[in-house]
Amino acid sequence: MLSATGVWKYHGQFPALLNVSIEAQPGSCLALLGRNGAGKTTLLRILAGLSSASEGQVRVFGEEPRSPRARRRIGYLGHGIGIYDELTARENLIHFGRLYRVGDPAATADRWLERVGLGRVPDARAREFSRGMRQRLAIARAFLHEPEMLLMDEPFTSLDDRAIALLQSVIREAVAQNRCVVLSTHQLREALELASDVALLDRGKLMFAGPRTAAMVADPGSVYAAFE
Amino acid sequence: MTGVLAVVRKDLLSELRGKEGINASVSFALVILLIFSFAFEPTDTDVRKLSGGLLWIAFAFAGALLLNRSFAREIPNDCLDALVSSPIRGWELFLGKALASFLLLLGVELLCLPVYGIFYNVRWAKVFWPLMLVLVLGTWGLTVLGVSFSALTVNLRLRELMLPLLLYPALSPALMSAMILTTALLGGEAIFGATAGINTAWLRMLTGFDIIFTALSVALIEYVLVL
Repeated sequence: MLSATGVWKYHGQFPALLNVSIEAQPGSCLALLGRNGAGKTTLLRILAGLSSASEGQVRVFGEEPRSPRARRRIGYLGHGIGIYDELTARENLIHFGRLYRVGDPAATADRWLERVGLGRVPDARAREFSRGMRQRLAIARAFLHEPEMLLMDEPFTSLDDRAIALLQSVIREAVAQNRCVVLSTHQLREALELASDVALLDRGKLMFAGPRTAAMVADPGSVYAAFE
Repeated sequence: MTGVLAVVRKDLLSELRGKEGINASVSFALVILLIFSFAFEPTDTDVRKLSGGLLWIAFAFAGALLLNRSFAREIPNDCLDALVSSPIRGWELFLGKALASFLLLLGVELLCLPVYGIFYNVRWAKVFWPLMLVLVLGTWGLTVLGVSFSALTVNLRLRELMLPLLLYPALSPALMSAMILTTALLGGEAIFGATAGINTAWLRMLTGFDIIFTALSVALIEYVLVL
């Protein structure tokens, strides 16, 4: 489903990723772990087709990540919420529904607004929303087209309790539906509760890749300690 | 075309609600026209020969303000990432952005034309349709190049400064053609047909500029957006 083989990425002369290889299968949740500057965001952006690898090969559903067919099957939630402040919640979702060629963008937008608890304020502009409401709208945007693969960059950062519960619920549901989730985070506890697999990056190098174990959940700090 | 229309719809809606670009652009164009009308005697025949040029100077400066917003509008909340990671093709994104900016800029120009007519004592209405042709061709050239450079400079902190620096030198063939054709039209000359003379060549140059830079921008936009 997802494979990155021998991926290098240079920012000028600085190597942000050094020969990284990972794989993810349907029905799995891969947690990309690592401290700040480890290369998690760089790798995730390459997987999402937002940046190109300097060397190495990336395949998503057997295709280049930039191919429109691959992108139609990917949902991406980055650092920013990717929501237009001047548009209403409903207009935002309809806009992205059109971009993803969703069958009935208006009905799908309404369904997701209900799902994320914004069904009562569909016509309010996003700029009028609280931080938590904006984050829930961003979750709806990423899941709107029912992607087979979800790429999420620090999805739990600065989420309120309600948004964390919602995100965990939709991620669990996606994995149960045999979809693949890749999330980068340095919030170990939330990530390890959801993850089936773990990849640890340190200064651009892949230190570990394998299944998540019960010991990791019991003592999240041990993941870093074992490879330092 | 679904992606093109989605981007056009979204950009027009965002701009018409926020009005940041439109307000700045209209005000700037009107101020330039007003200042030039103070600087020159509008009834003087020689000055009226320059009035086509003055009009396009106002449009080019006002256009840069509007075109800068084309991709800069995607920066808040990292909307550009959400857009580029969607399955929209590079050419759809570019054409959507260009069409929305073109419509907005043409609207600004049409608002300025009556003011221009009054300040410079120019009867542009009698050559409305040929003038519209020049406006459409000149504005499309300005838009295509402006949107391309807006994409190129979107991640720069000094993008408001960089866009005009890149735009005006590259735009000079189109700007020169549009200025000459506008002045010719307002002076009672034809711009196509047997009596048009050299004006036909300027019209061809403007059309060629539009075609070449539209094709180049459509072909290269993907490389500009994904590094």
